[in-house]
Amino acid sequence: MTKSIYGPVTNWDDDFDHADPAYNKNVHALWESMREKCPMAHTKRYGGTWLPLSYEMVRAIAYDPEHFSSEGVLVGTDKPPVPRPVGAAPPITSDPPFHTQARRLLLPSFSSKKISLMEDDIRHLCQDLLNRLVIDSSTSTIEVSSNYARLIPMNVIIKMIGLPLQDSELLFSFIKDLTEDVNLSPEKLMENRDRLDAYLDIHIADHRKNPRDDLISYLINAQLDGKNLDEQHIRGTIGLMFIAGIDTTWNMIGSTLWHLGHNPDDLTRLINEPEVMDTAIEEFLRAYAPVTMARIVTEDFEFYGHDLKKDEWVLLPYPAANRDPEAFENADTVQIDRGANRHTAFGLGIHRCIGSNLARLEFRVAIEEFIKRFPRFELANADEIEWSVGQVRGPRKLEVRILS
Amino acid sequence: MTANIPRQFFLKVEESKCQGHNRCYLICPELFDVDEYGTAKVIITGSIPIHLMGKAELAVQNCPELAISITEGLDSND
Repeated sequence: MTKSIYGPVTNWDDDFDHADPAYNKNVHALWESMREKCPMAHTKRYGGTWLPLSYEMVRAIAYDPEHFSSEGVLVGTDKPPVPRPVGAAPPITSDPPFHTQARRLLLPSFSSKKISLMEDDIRHLCQDLLNRLVIDSSTSTIEVSSNYARLIPMNVIIKMIGLPLQDSELLFSFIKDLTEDVNLSPEKLMENRDRLDAYLDIHIADHRKNPRDDLISYLINAQLDGKNLDEQHIRGTIGLMFIAGIDTTWNMIGSTLWHLGHNPDDLTRLINEPEVMDTAIEEFLRAYAPVTMARIVTEDFEFYGHDLKKDEWVLLPYPAANRDPEAFENADTVQIDRGANRHTAFGLGIHRCIGSNLARLEFRVAIEEFIKRFPRFELANADEIEWSVGQVRGPRKLEVRILS
Repeated sequence: MTANIPRQFFLKVEESKCQGHNRCYLICPELFDVDEYGTAKVIITGSIPIHLMGKAELAVQNCPELAISITEGLDSND
């Protein structure tokens, strides 16, 4: 067992820790109570970390890359390993102007029209996974986070990137290392990153020898300013695509099944009025947005009356912005027919999630196919639901009971 | 008499604000298209057809970057 650097939180107001397991478990109540006391909380943990909780502040930070660098996007015990403006995983860790071109390189692969061609394949994948689900014969329960939600993005993105599907469990372990295990020694964090890099290097080398029609080969051949991308850029982008491509959508599907598992009216309405799915998808994205990003303060300066210090972390909780009552009517209520819904689930500004079209499609098809197969289900063992730890939130263990 | 001229509304996407969320295109492909970089543009010429006004307003209300606007005016071709 590797030792945590920071202990359990006893005072959430000025010693919070986003990687304390209690944070994700109770996050909506925590945000509400913290927002009332001070909309910009601070903790000394991780070398100093801010948590702005209003939509307005989240927006201001997202639109100001000069004061808030993307060099580090996962708050942890060590500082980012690759300096700005490139960062360890371009383009998510990059700042302009480098960011602009690194991002343009990837956008066409994830465009709306290109992604929409994948719908039939994703639908077949979901149907196939549903066929394989084993329902416990005595309790009528199934675990749907590990056995359904996480397998959809894994299968889809692995094929697009060009990594072997038989490595799924290893890849899931990398995701846990990087996104959940941030409260360990800096040496351990570096060791985990090195383990991922070594794995990716093997597959990049293999693609150099045997080029294929996938994103690894695309990046190997890609050029910026007439030059091939350097090795660190290729490796970082591949790491980004598989981590961001899996963890996020997995949590979105899981959180929505969790919601439907204890809101039978919403489930029934989606079955009876499938046309509500358009707004429901966006409402689930608002209410259960999985991703909190982070930034690093580039210089001492004042922000909404707070003295921010150079090199401090700033968490960028898009999910909290989505529940700010100043920005959304009945912000803590899920209304699946909500019309006006300017949610920030995919971020704001120049770092809008590149995979948003893919994530939305996988998420929607996963829910459609699940409720078609199981039009009635409820949460089972609700006390035993396990939530992820850290900046990407969703259920890691979720049992539902299939009702006849 | 101007009182009998039907009111006309025009749709605009500010490209510099658009970040490619593609919400407008999902809500109303009859009014918007997106390119391979995700940037949205209005595909109708002239004013918004009356039967699409509701969807145009929804597109405005759902753009996370506040990049879409509807303005009332006279058609410049008139």
